[in-house]
Amino acid sequence: MSYYDPKDLRKFGRITEWSETLGEKFFDYYNSVFKEGALTPREKSLIALAVAHTEMCPYCIDAYTKDGLERGITKEEMMEAVHVGAAIKSGASLVHGVMMMNKVNKLDS
Amino acid sequence: MGQFKSLQSLHKRQSPLAQTEHQLKILEDGIFTSGEAPRFGDRIQQTLGGALKTTQLDILQVNLGYMCNQVCAHCHVDAGPDRKEIMTKQTMQHCLEVIESSSVKTLDLTGGAPEMNPNFRWFVTQAKAKGVKEIIVRSNLTIIVANKKYHDLPEFFARHQVHVVSSMPHWTKEKTDRQRGSGVFEDSIKALKMLNDVGYGNPESNLVLDLVYNPSGAFLPGDQDDLCQDFKRRLDEGFGIKFNGLFALTNLPISRFLDYLIASDNYEDYMWTLVESYNPAAARAVMCLNTLSVSWEGYLYDCDFNQMLEMPINHKSQHISDYEPEVMDGRLIKVSQHCYGCTAGAGSSCQGAVT
Repeated sequence: MSYYDPKDLRKFGRITEWSETLGEKFFDYYNSVFKEGALTPREKSLIALAVAHTEMCPYCIDAYTKDGLERGITKEEMMEAVHVGAAIKSGASLVHGVMMMNKVNKLDS
Repeated sequence: MGQFKSLQSLHKRQSPLAQTEHQLKILEDGIFTSGEAPRFGDRIQQTLGGALKTTQLDILQVNLGYMCNQVCAHCHVDAGPDRKEIMTKQTMQHCLEVIESSSVKTLDLTGGAPEMNPNFRWFVTQAKAKGVKEIIVRSNLTIIVANKKYHDLPEFFARHQVHVVSSMPHWTKEKTDRQRGSGVFEDSIKALKMLNDVGYGNPESNLVLDLVYNPSGAFLPGDQDDLCQDFKRRLDEGFGIKFNGLFALTNLPISRFLDYLIASDNYEDYMWTLVESYNPAAARAVMCLNTLSVSWEGYLYDCDFNQMLEMPINHKSQHISDYEPEVMDGRLIKVSQHCYGCTAGAGSSCQGAVT
């Protein structure tokens, strides 16, 4: 038994039961974000998939993999999106190496 | 759906799912008996404020037989080369009599591969002569290139102004072949070019070529217009192919698709997806309201899916030879949980999304 149960994703909407106003505000916002805007829903779906991976959210990975398939997004496109997320995540770690270099340069004459 | 491959019909494999009672039992059980999910009949009753009933007869959908040159993974007919069931000329004659005496506007020919019925061309010619407004042929495309005797089908379709509706699950070879069999993509492209060559898909002509998209696995189709634009761009850029519209269809959980759902452990999640995507607007526009489905033997059904589940219409006239106009006059439509497939998301019919 894992802490994560795939069936719990279906219960996501129930968060409004314990805080209706905030829950509804969240879902209104969420639904507005994914509507057609300056970006297409297809582009937004790929961004969501990449972020789902960097956040390591199993529910979001399930949801946006399915969403991508429904939109006709290919597995190659999905994997490239995941690599974009992974590249930013690793870059975000690596760029801190500059802090380490700064510190070494300051401390070690 | 990579892990699931099957090259024979359920019938040939003697699968328990070849028995419709077995399919119906699966559909009635699970999340519907535990009370977790509402039954379709209750749900639609709530939406309509009453039972689902027919309105009028606009579309006569005739299944010319289960024989097909392909064995597609999702086929709800369980069609294939091993299926020999085929409609006789006499049954076609009964269909023509109904066309002549009723309000039928569209004759929708399906199969199997309807073109494989030896009386297919005779039937189309006769129906045209009877003055039916529109004749649709649901062509799997590859039949056109399968044998020399079918190579002139595009000219035949064009001569009789047949509306061609062709399955094309994806614009990639990989996805299409996985769903419909090895080599199907390339043959489909060849056939589409042959149809384009006689004028199909050209907006200047009055020859209509629509494609049918259905998902390659346990998920719903996306937005029909978005998919259409995507297909138009990819098929034009990659192959110079033109077509008119695209129908996005939901896979209904019956027959070989049900087999796939169970074998891939997707059945329960898929049923939840259908239930949770229930759309009241789609429920008010389902195709069974104005369609009558005729089996290869001439029996009458609410739709092609009920036909495959052997759920005959709720009327004393059960055969095309006994057809009377009252058959479509407020007849109660038989439903089961597979009907959720027609009301999910934008809805699904043989003409695509309904909302």
